[in-house]
Parts: sequence; structure tokens; C-alpha cells
Amino acid sequence: MSVASANHPVLDPVLAPSFPQGALPVLRNPQLRKNVAHAIDVIQTKRGKLVAEKSDWQELRSAASGIRAHALENLGAYLEQFETRCAAAGGHVHWAADAAEARRIILDLLRRENASQVIKIKTMTSAEIQLNPYLEAAGVQVFETDLAEIILQLGDQEPSHIVVPALHINRSQVREIFARRMGLKDLSDDPQALTAAARNYLRGKFLGVPTAIGGANFLIAETGGVAIVESEGNGRMCLTLPRTMITLAGIEKVLPRFRDLEIMLQILARSATGERMNPYTSLWNGVTPGDGPQNFHVVLLDNGRSSILAKPRERQTLKCIRCAACMNTCPVYRQTGGHAYGSVYPGPIGAILTPQLMQLHHAQSLPFASSLCGACYEVCPVKINIPEVLIDLRAQVTDRERHDLARFLDPMYLGLRIANLLFAKAWLFHAAQFFGRIGLGLFTRKDGWIHSLPSVGAKWTQTRDLRGLPSQTFHAWWAARAPQSSPLASKEGK
Amino acid sequence: MRTSLFITCYNDTLYPETGRAVVRLLESLGVELDFRPRQTCCGQMHANTGFRAEAFSQAKRFVRLYQDAESVVIPSSSCVAMMRDQYPHLFEELGNDPLRQEFATLLPRVYELSEFLIDRLGVEDVGAYFPHRVTYHASCHGLRALHLGDRPFRLMAKVRGLEQVPLPNLDRCCGFGGTFSVKNGEVSSAMLAVKLQDVVSTGAEYCTALDNSCLMHLGGAMHRQYAGMKTIHLAQILASTQESPAEATL
Repeated sequence: MSVASANHPVLDPVLAPSFPQGALPVLRNPQLRKNVAHAIDVIQTKRGKLVAEKSDWQELRSAASGIRAHALENLGAYLEQFETRCAAAGGHVHWAADAAEARRIILDLLRRENASQVIKIKTMTSAEIQLNPYLEAAGVQVFETDLAEIILQLGDQEPSHIVVPALHINRSQVREIFARRMGLKDLSDDPQALTAAARNYLRGKFLGVPTAIGGANFLIAETGGVAIVESEGNGRMCLTLPRTMITLAGIEKVLPRFRDLEIMLQILARSATGERMNPYTSLWNGVTPGDGPQNFHVVLLDNGRSSILAKPRERQTLKCIRCAACMNTCPVYRQTGGHAYGSVYPGPIGAILTPQLMQLHHAQSLPFASSLCGACYEVCPVKINIPEVLIDLRAQVTDRERHDLARFLDPMYLGLRIANLLFAKAWLFHAAQFFGRIGLGLFTRKDGWIHSLPSVGAKWTQTRDLRGLPSQTFHAWWAARAPQSSPLASKEGK
Repeated sequence: MRTSLFITCYNDTLYPETGRAVVRLLESLGVELDFRPRQTCCGQMHANTGFRAEAFSQAKRFVRLYQDAESVVIPSSSCVAMMRDQYPHLFEELGNDPLRQEFATLLPRVYELSEFLIDRLGVEDVGAYFPHRVTYHASCHGLRALHLGDRPFRLMAKVRGLEQVPLPNLDRCCGFGGTFSVKNGEVSSAMLAVKLQDVVSTGAEYCTALDNSCLMHLGGAMHRQYAGMKTIHLAQILASTQESPAEATL
């Protein structure tokens, strides 16, 4: 399969199709499904081994969860502390209420530097605010420097994972992209040859572009410092070589104390990539004369986060440290990959984060994009109870649509409203069973099975048969067996 | 010992043979069963589809109906998980103090079937006979919400003639997820296809579980595909004897 011919997914929740629609092209794409399943199986196996070797894993999870919850409960104070300490160390802190403001602040900073080019590392948040197309439109050339991001940028592809953004692309596809875009027609698909090609491409950017934009894994309130963890060292180059460094971070990224990193770094690497320690951990405070960037800016982005913070049940969403363990274990993500979620945040965490960032005006199908199997909660290193938040968001979506007349044309909505009335009285429920048996009997074949149903039932029978309703319910059997047990029981008994 | 059987709405309607097996099994172990015919549904389907007020009224109905029960046994792990994980939130948000108290005293007396057998009755060998190759599907709620652990395996180990075959990727969802299976019918089917490969690879004759909803999903695909396997609730295996073998689900 040629990468260039792949469907181009939309990762803007405002424009993206619903999850069931977005999933269809992937479900029909064997190469993509194989790439995704293979990649996450490798990460999951490594994670499993390294988690198993920590006898205190559950205590680590509890500690990490506690640190993140505490930081969020006191977020205002810690952010102000971060601002003060960062400024004292020579940094400049900017506050952005939404995506548009963050983009404007960053473009202003670049204009002040007369920057026509910028290098970038490690920032999902910049994808959230759709920074690259904005900067390109303003005449600033953007070069991604994370290997996976280079693959995506050169291949005109979209990220499908938050830690391994190009996980849906295999190495022969990477070879094709590099050969085409770097003019290396003899390039092999040997991983060493591919990384060497990327290194050659990158060295010029690192040495020639004096302005960088990066993200943050953690902001440290106590020191005003920023932490980035990565595997390639390209981040380290971005953070040390340029003259000007702009860090874009969500306001929830703050940790109270430097020593909190002890816990967070242990759980992050194990959960994210299945490593004891990630290869590069960069920590810096403000500006050091003669060493590293001499202009340092931090843009703190809200973009819907404070409205999530205000809700006690949903607040836990912001504990996320973007390790992606939830999507690596998710049986839904395993089949669909990331693009179906129509957001830069896919998988279980995306299914709760994206609709909330959109204030439920968009992405209403995402809270329903889960079988509620609970695997995400089990692996989450900061104990975000994702199924609980999913169910709560489902209730919010349903409540919002409750008075929408069009909903009464939806057979499932109607069915559930009626079912509730039937479940309120046993005799109504029993009558419904009786008429249900007659109704379904029309579709039941001689072998006792239903092979095809109309309307919403067709969604079941497209791949599954359904056994026809048995002639006697359990309660009728019980009543016939023990007729003295209750007068109600015999109502429908035989 | 006396216990109340909450059969659940879909077992009552779709899988009465599971209920009959529970009755036979528990009575053979000397348990006196009480069945309250006013029971309907635990509210799981409504809760998981976002109908919180509706789920609350069904949850309240359950608590009111069983508050004086010595214990309640439920042959469905997801319905028990609904009570343990979701009722507290529903009652906290929509209920009042008396209801919360009634629920708090009732909840410790609510048992999933394998919990009831092992934790309450202290039995592993129920005297069953089922001479077949069987693989056990650990339904997500039984696995992660109820932490049933090795209970089903211990029960199966004592069934004479039964050969257990381990299911690869035991902790992976079959893709049912209630209304998820139709709201996201295609994704659910893709998950089912992968799960069915694992189940069929065991070469077992029967796939069993403690939740008929997963079995309805797996069994529906087995039937569609002439997979040469059947599904059967564990209660039916445990109620099976040489004299009266199990009524198979399919």
C-alpha cells in the first residue's frame, strides 16, 4: 500500500466525522490494522515486564495519583508560584485563555525574533491548537525534529498516538516517504539507514534555525523549571542549540516540587515505552548566560482546561501525564488506531479529554467509543477512572439531547425511553417479553435463530446471529414450578 | 441457608436455562431459594448509555425489593459490577440518606454466582460432571470490577470429565459492551473477530463465562460462522450431572 494514497484523516474535533464513521476506513485497511496491533503489542509486552519487576507498582500509582490530584486541587497557587520562579530565573510566562490566543502569542514572539523558520519538539499541545498550519500561513516554516513527527510531516500524515505518533506507519512506508522527500532513491528500509537519513536531514536544521518551540512533560512550581523526557536526543538538541526557546504547555502540567519527579519519572517511562528510564531527561530553569537559549518563554494554555477542573468527577481527566498506556491496552484502539477519534488525543484518554475540551459541543460520539472494559483504568499510572468519566459524559450528552425532538426518531433512544417504563412494573415487563417474543418470532428461522433484523437490530445481525426468544421465560418457569410463591408470578406462567 | 435469586432481565428473557441451572445447582447444595417475581432490571443498560435518571429508578427499585433479603445471588458479573461501581454514584447524586443507608447494608450481601459458591458457601466441588473441552472467557466486569480471579477456574477444576483449555489474551474484551455493540457495530465486530480467533484456537467444544451477555455476542458469531463451538454459562456446567447433563445454551 502506498502511504500517499491513504485516506487523509481529520483531527479537528469540530470537523471530524463521528467515531463510528471515522473508524470505517481503518477497519477496512489491513495494513493499518496490522501496523497498529503490532506496535502496541510490542510496547504492551515491554510495559508488562517492567511493571511486573516493581513490587511497589501499586504504591507508585497511588503516590503519582496523589501528587497529580493535589497539584490540580491547588492549581492556581502552583501556577502562580511557577510564574514567579520562572521569571526569577530569567524566563517569561505568558497566559493563553484559548487556542487562538496561544497561537497569537507564539507568532508575536517569533516576529520579534524575525524568525522565518522554527524547529519543534515534543508538543501535542501545539497540535491541539493547530499551530503548524497557522505559522505556515503566516510565513513561518516549521520543521518537526522528533523522528516520528518528521515522518508525519514529510509524509503529509496525521499523528495516531500521543507517544508514538507514527505508530500506524511501518518501516517500508517510512523508507518510501524519506526516499521521496529527501531525494534518496537508493535508501534501504534498514532502521539504521533510516535513522541516518533523518540525522543528516536534522543536523542542518539544528545548526541553522535559532528558534525552537517545545512542549513540557512537567512544569515544576517550586523551581520554575520545565522537564521534557524523550528517547532520541533530538529534543535535547532543540532545547540547547537555539537562541530562543518557546515552551507551550497546558496549565495542568504543573508539579508542586522538584522531588515529585522521582515518582513521576519512574511511572512515566515504564508506562509509556516500557523502559526503566527514558534515554533523555531534560530539565532547565530559565536562562543561563552563555549556555543554551538566551530567551526563554513559557506559554501556559487553558483552552477549556479550567472548565474541566471545575467539575469534581471530571477533574481527574487533567491528572493525565500523556503516557498512552490506556490506548496501548485498549481493545477499541487496537482495532481502530488513533485517527478514528478525530482528535490529536486518541484512545480512552482522548475519548474523555476531547469532548470536554470541546465543552461537549463537538465529539459527542467519543464518550460512547468504548466497551467500558476497564483495561485503561487498570493500567493508568495516575489512576484516572476513565470508564467512570466516560459514563458521566454519556449522561451529559444524553441529558443535553433529551428535549431534542429529533431524538425521538432514533430507534435506540426511543427504545431505551420505553424500556425504562417497562422495567418500572413487572407486569409491563412481562407483557413486553410476551409481545417481544411474538415480534421477534417473525424474524426467527426454523433453526430457532434470527439471522437478520431491521433498523438498529441490523447493526447486530450484520455480523452476529441472535437466538430466538425461548418459549418460556425464567420467571414463568419458576411460577409453574412453584405456583404458590406469588400471585404476580403466575400472571404469565404456563 | 436461604438466598434470593436476582435472575436479571436478559437471563429471564433470553437465557432461562441459566436460571434453571442456578436453581438446580444451589438447591442440590442445600440452599433454599427465594425468587421475587417483581424483579426486572438492574439499570446497567440505561446507566451505560447515559440514561442516568432511568438507571437510578431501576437501581432504587432493586434496593427496595431486596433490602430484607438474607443475601442475593446474581448469575451475571456485569450486573453485580453495576451495583458495586455505579449504584454508589447514582445514589450519591440522585438518592437520599435512607436509600443510601439501605443500599450500604444490602451491598455486602450481593453475590455474583462464583462468589456465592466459594465465598459464601465455601464449596468448590459441586459434584458436577461435564465431559468436554472447555475454555473460560473472563468477562471484563468479572475480571476487573469484581476481581473474580481464580474462582471460576477452581470451580471448573472440580468438575469431573471437564478438560480446561486456557484462552489466549484472556484479559481482552470481546467487544460486546451493551449498546456499544450496535452504536459502534463495526468496531464491535472487529473486536469480536479477533476474540473469536483466540476462542476457536483453543479447540474447545464450549466457551463458558459468568455473564451471558458476552456469550450472546460470542455465540452469535459462532452460530453465524458455523464455528463448531457452543457457548454455555458456567452455571449450566456446574449444574450438569451424569444423570441429567447440561441443557446447552445453543
